Amino acid sequence: MTDAALPIAPPRTGPTAWLRTNLFGSWRNTLISLGSFALLVWAVPPLLDWFLFESRWGDTPPAECRKAAGACWAFVHEKHRLILFGRYPFAEQWRPLVGMAILLGLIGASCYRPFWRRWLLAVWAVGIAVMAVLMWGGVFGLRFVETTLWGGLPLTFLLTTVGVGAAFPLGVVLALGRRSKLPIIRAVSIGYIELVRGVPLVSLLFMASFMFPLFMPSGVQINALIRAQVAIILFAGAYLAEVVRGGLQAVPRGQIEAAAALGMGYWLTMRKIVLPQAIRLVIPGIVNSFISTFKDTSLVAIVSLSDLMLSTRQAIADPLWRPFFVEGYVFIGAIYLVFCFLMSRYSQHLEVQLNTGRRR
Amino acid sequence: MSTTAVPPMIQMTAVNKWFGVFHVLKNISIEVAKGERIVVCGPSGSGKSTMIRCINALEEHQSGRIVVNGTELARDLKKIDLVRREVGMVFQQFNLFPHLTVLENLCLAPVWVRKQPRAEAEANAMRYLERVRIPEQARKYPNQLSGGQQQRVAIARALCMNPSVMLFDEPTSALDPEMIKEVLDVMVELAEEGMTMVCVTHEMGFARSVANRVVFMDGGEIIEVQPPEAFFHAPKSERTKLFLSQILHH
Ligand SMILES: Nc1ncnc2c1ncn2[C@@H]1O[C@H](COP(=O)(O)OP(=O)(O)OP(=O)(O)O)[C@@H](O)[C@H]1O
Ligand SMILES: [Mg+2]
Repeated sequence: MTDAALPIAPPRTGPTAWLRTNLFGSWRNTLISLGSFALLVWAVPPLLDWFLFESRWGDTPPAECRKAAGACWAFVHEKHRLILFGRYPFAEQWRPLVGMAILLGLIGASCYRPFWRRWLLAVWAVGIAVMAVLMWGGVFGLRFVETTLWGGLPLTFLLTTVGVGAAFPLGVVLALGRRSKLPIIRAVSIGYIELVRGVPLVSLLFMASFMFPLFMPSGVQINALIRAQVAIILFAGAYLAEVVRGGLQAVPRGQIEAAAALGMGYWLTMRKIVLPQAIRLVIPGIVNSFISTFKDTSLVAIVSLSDLMLSTRQAIADPLWRPFFVEGYVFIGAIYLVFCFLMSRYSQHLEVQLNTGRRR
Repeated sequence: MSTTAVPPMIQMTAVNKWFGVFHVLKNISIEVAKGERIVVCGPSGSGKSTMIRCINALEEHQSGRIVVNGTELARDLKKIDLVRREVGMVFQQFNLFPHLTVLENLCLAPVWVRKQPRAEAEANAMRYLERVRIPEQARKYPNQLSGGQQQRVAIARALCMNPSVMLFDEPTSALDPEMIKEVLDVMVELAEEGMTMVCVTHEMGFARSVANRVVFMDGGEIIEVQPPEAFFHAPKSERTKLFLSQILHH
């Protein structure tokens, strides 16, 4: 109607204007921009040379690789089965591959909010059972494969998924316990959290592997994988408890009073009112814990479980390829990075999605 | 024991409460009959909120008896939940559940506490939303509503439990002036339908037109209980006179 003759000049657009406002707005910005640019010029070309231009791919033999100035991706090419699947019998490696695909499929499906229904838990139970059958075998004509032979990426994913999946409820229960009115429950929760948080995961893993059997009646053997898994769950649970507690504290008292005034009991109030709000508030912290757990699984190498990290070391142990350990670590580093990045992005997405009710 | 044929809806007898060493409620005794509307007023810190919060055990009293609709409030948690189902409460700060839509706010307790089928609870909730005149907001989240609308949702939420008594703790004090009326109108309608109500409020117009009796509290004591006419025009105690002079013309 009256948008003719606006007194304000339209904002300048285009690349020059963008550069001016964002990179060279003031002498200080200009200095930072130029410095960053110099750093890129100094660092990027050699990196590109190493990664791409001077690197060797395909089935270049190791002797040939040694002459190259760049990376020897031929190492990864040669050893990828060992790195990705560990010492799992070579001919049977389709089994962990399918198992891993099922696991990733389940995780992907669980990221989709309309699927957050009770049946999803059932689907998970079935999925995990199928994965276990595939990995273990011994039935349906599948060869039996001991857990000591499991390894690589499927093992890393399994330890992480089960670890996070079990640690989360444990953390919630501990967080509620820590805020309980009942002194014994509170004391036990605080004692547990402080004890476990005060110890490095490595020592928990050692304890689980070497001390646990001491408490067991002789003859009872608990599988090394399960012991490590339990240690991871106990450890991650303590950290998650503290994250969740932060959320619980941020839920206003009025919410609990309103629920009480409606005749809702403690568990119902927690389940329907307090926890949903508390958890939404601390999604970044929870995902941070999940990411830590994912990377922490690499520590199971010290109790001889050949997760992605140990299987890579086993690949490097080959005298022919020993010089190319950097390539090995870069490769698995990239794998860790991709999945951590995905988790982080999903957490941001979820935060936006779940906070619709909080938007003002 | 009671001389009236119908037992009182709420009966408080010599109720005392301390916060630590601070004596908040001193020998509170009052009976509220079925269908009666009580307005509670008094200076800030006089214990009004504490008193009505004792009626649904949001606060625990340390001596005396509180009987609500025939159930005595004791330490027994089962009894407390029983009473809370019968007693609706509306808070100054609304206390709606921000992660749930309006309709979910209304249906939560009927479905999970009263075990009503969801369809029935939703139909019921929609009826109450119509009564508080905001059925079109059912799918919104509380923070997308105005203060007056939120408080009306809070009233509807309490009504969905089909309570025998409604408690209001300064339901309009957090509202902008132009929204106070829409909430009071709903409360007046509720009173006209015969709901037993205990309202802590400083809305003296509401007290005049709706209350059967006005309770004046100061320093944790009930100073005076009078029908509104007498309360406003012939208060007995000096403290009441002082209070009225402060809130009526300032
Ligand atoms: N949880 C508590 N712990 C200690 N003291 C409290 C607590 N709650 C209230 N009090 C004190 O008890 C007294 C009565 O409080 P109450 O909230 O019942 O007053 P009120 O009459 O509702 O006042 P207002 O009009 O300001 O809402 C006040 O002095 C208050 O500071
Ligand atoms: Mg108050």
